[in-house]
Amino acid sequence: MTIAYVPLDSVAVAMEANTVAAQLAEAGATVIRNGSRGLAWLEPLIEVQDEKDRVAYGPVTPETVAELISDGVLHHQLIRHPLYIGSIENHDFLRSQHRLVFDRVGYDSPVDFPDPTDTLNALAMSPDALIDMIETSGLRGRGGAGFPAHIKWRTVRGTEAPAKYLVCNADEGDSGTFADRLLLEGDPFRLIEGMVIAGYATGAKLGIVYLRSEYPIAKTIFLQALEIARARNLIGRNVLGSDFDFDLELFVGAGAYICGEETSLLESLEGRRGQIRVKPPVPAISGLLSMPTLVHNVISFASVPAIVRLGGDAYRDLGVAPSSGTMSFQLAGNVKRGGLIEVPFGITLREMVEGYGQGTLSGRPFKTLQIGGPLGAYLSHQELDTPLTYEAMTDIGAGIGHGGLVIFDDTVDLAEQARYAFEFCELESCGKCTPCRIGSVRGKETMEQIIGGRATDREFNMIDDLCEVMDRTSLCQMGGMTPIPVRSAMERFQQDFRHRTKP
Amino acid sequence: MRRIENDLGTPAPRGAQNATVSLTIDGAPLTVPEGTSIMRAAREAGIMVPKLCSTDTLNAFGSCRLCMVEIEGRNGLSASCTEPVSEGMSVRTQTEELARLRRGVMELYISDHPLDCLTCAANGDCELQDMAGAVGLREVRYAEGASHLVTEKDLSNPYFAFDGSKCIVCSRCVRACEEVQGTYALTVDGRGFQSKIKTSTEQFFDSECVSCGACVQACPTATLIEKSVIDHGVPDRSVLTTCAYCGVGCSFKAELKGDQVVRMVPYKDGMANHGHSCVKGRFAWGYAQHQDRITTPMIRQTTDDPWEEVSWDTAVDFAAKRLQAVQKRYGADSIGGITSSRCTNEEVWLVQKMVRTAFGNNNVDTCARVCHSPTGYGLKQTFGTSAGTQNFDSVADADVLVVIGANPTEGHPVFASQMKRRLHEGAHLVVVDPRKIALVRSPHVEANFHLPLQPGTNVPIMNAFAHVVVTEDLIDHNFVRERCDLQTFAEWEDFVRQPENSPEQVAVIAGVLAEDIRAAARLYANADNAAIYYGLGVTEHSQGSTMVMAMANLAMATGNIGRSGVGVNPLRGQNNVQGSCDMGSFPHELSGYRPVGDPETRELFRKHWDVELNPEPGFRIPNMLDEACAGRFKGLYVQGEDIAQSDPNTQHVEQALNTMECVIVQDLFLNETAKFAHVFLPGTSFLEKDGTFINAERRINRVRPVASPKTGMEEWRVTAALSNALGYPMNYTSAAEIMDEIAALTPSFSGVSFRHLDEVNSVQWPCNSEAPLGTPVMHVDEFVRGKGCFVLTEYQPTEEAANRKFPLLLTTGRKLHQYNVGAQTRRTKNSKWLEADTLEIHPTDAEMRGVRHGEWVSITSRMGEITLRAEITERVVPGVVYTTFHHPSTGTNVITTDLSDWATNCPEYKVTAVEIRPANHRSDWQKQFDERERAQSDLLPAGGR
Repeated sequence: MTIAYVPLDSVAVAMEANTVAAQLAEAGATVIRNGSRGLAWLEPLIEVQDEKDRVAYGPVTPETVAELISDGVLHHQLIRHPLYIGSIENHDFLRSQHRLVFDRVGYDSPVDFPDPTDTLNALAMSPDALIDMIETSGLRGRGGAGFPAHIKWRTVRGTEAPAKYLVCNADEGDSGTFADRLLLEGDPFRLIEGMVIAGYATGAKLGIVYLRSEYPIAKTIFLQALEIARARNLIGRNVLGSDFDFDLELFVGAGAYICGEETSLLESLEGRRGQIRVKPPVPAISGLLSMPTLVHNVISFASVPAIVRLGGDAYRDLGVAPSSGTMSFQLAGNVKRGGLIEVPFGITLREMVEGYGQGTLSGRPFKTLQIGGPLGAYLSHQELDTPLTYEAMTDIGAGIGHGGLVIFDDTVDLAEQARYAFEFCELESCGKCTPCRIGSVRGKETMEQIIGGRATDREFNMIDDLCEVMDRTSLCQMGGMTPIPVRSAMERFQQDFRHRTKP
Repeated sequence: MRRIENDLGTPAPRGAQNATVSLTIDGAPLTVPEGTSIMRAAREAGIMVPKLCSTDTLNAFGSCRLCMVEIEGRNGLSASCTEPVSEGMSVRTQTEELARLRRGVMELYISDHPLDCLTCAANGDCELQDMAGAVGLREVRYAEGASHLVTEKDLSNPYFAFDGSKCIVCSRCVRACEEVQGTYALTVDGRGFQSKIKTSTEQFFDSECVSCGACVQACPTATLIEKSVIDHGVPDRSVLTTCAYCGVGCSFKAELKGDQVVRMVPYKDGMANHGHSCVKGRFAWGYAQHQDRITTPMIRQTTDDPWEEVSWDTAVDFAAKRLQAVQKRYGADSIGGITSSRCTNEEVWLVQKMVRTAFGNNNVDTCARVCHSPTGYGLKQTFGTSAGTQNFDSVADADVLVVIGANPTEGHPVFASQMKRRLHEGAHLVVVDPRKIALVRSPHVEANFHLPLQPGTNVPIMNAFAHVVVTEDLIDHNFVRERCDLQTFAEWEDFVRQPENSPEQVAVIAGVLAEDIRAAARLYANADNAAIYYGLGVTEHSQGSTMVMAMANLAMATGNIGRSGVGVNPLRGQNNVQGSCDMGSFPHELSGYRPVGDPETRELFRKHWDVELNPEPGFRIPNMLDEACAGRFKGLYVQGEDIAQSDPNTQHVEQALNTMECVIVQDLFLNETAKFAHVFLPGTSFLEKDGTFINAERRINRVRPVASPKTGMEEWRVTAALSNALGYPMNYTSAAEIMDEIAALTPSFSGVSFRHLDEVNSVQWPCNSEAPLGTPVMHVDEFVRGKGCFVLTEYQPTEEAANRKFPLLLTTGRKLHQYNVGAQTRRTKNSKWLEADTLEIHPTDAEMRGVRHGEWVSITSRMGEITLRAEITERVVPGVVYTTFHHPSTGTNVITTDLSDWATNCPEYKVTAVEIRPANHRSDWQKQFDERERAQSDLLPAGGR
């Protein structure tokens, strides 16, 4: 019996994977819908398993699959076929990675119940020992802020309260990022295990996953996984036979970028409009329903089982402390080979762009990359040898954020990009604080004057002043980080701005 | 004048703050309570950190970003409103960078704000304007771009305007609606630059907005502003006074421009309202200037004669001669007086004094007879004092609130907001009411239990609560042992234990679930602090006094007396019900609830008043009316009350008035009673009065005149003149002098004087040498009567039962926008919300009778018939109908009965058996009413109104 693996992830589906799956089933294969391996340019990437080998072909289309089927792909390997890849695990893009969070993604159906050993081992430890282990591991929040996880864990554990909660931020809204989605679609149990362990360590008995509404497949998969997890007692009363009770719920967001900010997310969860809450108090002391709440990104929680498996020291030794462990980078934009790259911190930008990415898709010269989402810095080719660590990025005025890298070739106009940064802020600002609510609009308008060639030094000064106001006084990072793309573009790519100044 | 004065930016930290924190701000060393914000600490020290979105009546929000400060050792700047102080912190509020940033933020604000300060209604009272000046903004460099400058105004609310073009989206209005008022009528719609303030409907008027004015009060710009300020400009002086509507007794600053009242601003330091208000007190004061007001005295020989405008001397002389003639012909007891709960204590005092001295009898009663007389009786029997036990602020410490027969969001809105704040914090709530009042379920409030009992079954419900407490041993034995009379307790315990008091048996009579009674009783008894709040739904029954004592018993048995957060709390209907009772407006009691039969008390008065007092109690109001019908009671002085509209069985009242030979009415308007009067003495509105009101929490508040009397004569001087004309001299030179006499003759008021009140703001009686600042909570160490006394509360059902002919039970109440008989509110724009009384009827009852929503129905009782429009609603349960009595032409009391409380004669307004049927005409009484209205109007000078 031949098994055909066809990814169910959103990218593959957008490229007609569902038709492909139907075609293969029609042709007699047992089709298994797996998660994506994260080699986005190869999707839909199908794999055919016979008694011995598991061989990949991609990217396929319904037409090429029809051809492959008629060529007998379900009966023998089509080594000479142009779409033939061979064993995907030997692909250089994958082989060179160090997957801890994504280690299971793509092998099997995402709703196959996995071996729960990591969780069992964690439940056998004391909560304090677990938190010590997290501290040793050097795990920092993967959502963007890079805040040491153990401080939040210990605060939640140490705060007396009638109830405590975990909230998983799966409102993955940064352009060019997709790690959360790939994990939720490809291995939801990794997240569930991470949350169960975190719940046990912090004393929270309920976790809520706040999923962005634009991820319908992730929603379906995660709900199925929750049902299975409950049936297999990974969640519920007496988790895996321990005396720890823990439950998990899924909450689908209402579709606002700002709800990816943790306090807005909590407001949204409580049924209010997504608007920033002031800190203090921090959510770890007073979060959901005013109870101590551990808020983490998907990848942060999903990193926990690996730490339990490897031990804190071994995890820390990956990467370049204090940027410890692996980071799930996402390569996108104008790039030949986009996808998910989970590697230890410390890899250089050049290895990303030129190694994994193999340069621009257009073939034109690389001009810039934006790192850390739409509010991240634009970097130039001069900075490509910078290692990807929190510290090195800070030194060049950038941030890793959620690990998104968006590549641009030499046709990009950085003045337009700077304008867009303001426009993005205008579109997504919650409107609570003045610098973000009005500043974004005035910034966009002033940048339009510059682009239109109507600007003098005065407009540049206004942008400088506005960036300072937004940076220093905004309530949250939405307005506070908007100046980053603007300033980085203006500093590194002056020629895109200055040539437009009025004489 | 500023709408907001002395704004410290953020509220004081919650709870008892013993710990303090030391820090320096701009080099100045400060020590403040832990939890204080940097902004508040700075402002308390006189360092005015700029701000727009914060104000000390709302929780810090952190949105404007003008208040950023630098904290030594921190990278970023901090918003001083949201950042609490910490030990050793060093803060700088003024640096070059901060100045630059604040100008930058202000430049953004002004880039989206009309530059029309000179013609703006808030010019001079605008925080945005102030801040632009404070940060030194000199130029807005941004080119013309997107803006909100073209935004349609919402002028739908009769009292305030909303101009979105001036909005800075600080959310203070939204937060005030949530945090201060608790209505959640406002929200921010859209996000980012599209954010705008919105109600759930297209405009304020038909939204959930209750026009309390909290949003207007909070707005830092001209976005939400009183229309009176748009019309007249920003006021330039203010007088601190007290609202004359309900028994909450809110303090207001009456703000004026010259003699023109421009607005009433709730006073932040008002102890009853803490800066909050409702639509009545905040906005509905226009009646004081209404054209219907009569300001010249009038007399006439018979009630069919036209009124003749005369001088004060002529009117007083006419009245005195008539009263004397009546007494000569019918005897000393043939005349009497009724004092008003709307008037000041000083005015009331003189009327009761005049009755006891110049009239020479004890025929004085007050309108509390028809509302809270059972409270006075019941609480005196059990605790020893005829008043509620707590201050309003006590509710902040209550864990369980039991609301019985009261509708605070309509009747006592400002206190209702305080209750809702506590409920939002998680306190539990039990509502005992035939109707689904708003507290049962409204935004962020849901009663744990609603017992929609049949009208008239309060007593069995309370006995069932007691039964659960006794049989499940939820008694606070220590409290009972130490504080209560054990003999009466033992008898009471035996009584409530009887099976007929069990929830299971009571459930059948009351029409509620036994398990709900049990659960609610447990909730009450097991709470750390449980408080009972009640209204006229308790007192206006033939068992009103029994019910008050039943609640008092329960509170004692569970130890819920004598500290903050507990108590038995009447919500008083009118501004000075408590005071008019305290002043001794009763036929059997002198001030401070001392019996007229007590020789010692009489001796005290004799010494001061130089006259022997009659030791026999006089007539109560119903006795007066009965005696009148019997031909023995012929003269009545009615101070500011409209018995022809407000008292039960209107046709009986009208008959009684018709038989009298001298009816003297003192009022603002030609009310229904005045249509039967011979002398009309024009009264003064609260804006013209000098004196005191006492609210439901025994708080003595000053009422200060903002204008001289429109009638040319202060009301107490009129009473004094009448007394003088009758031969008993009254020679006061000021209202303060009257209060001095009250203090001298009333032990619980011995520490009270106008000067003391002016110094300390307000006090709650008892106020004497032991408690010079008053007594917020009563019965703290022991009951006023010594040991708390349990009284057996056997249930005697009312005779007014539903039957085949009258199958429905009518109960009555009031609604937010109108007040009582409506004399005031009907003469304001409040009528836009409620133009007529309607009959609430359940869909099932309506369906059975072919009654349709909005159509006329006839309501017939054993007493009479009226016609109203039907409002089909599930607020009432099947079998119960409901209406209000705000409009005289409704004639609600035409159908209410003569039945009354067994102890105090408080009428049974709350239970009338009726039948409803569709109608196509007004009732006979209503036709008569219309005729009389026309005829009496024609008798007014200059062709009437």
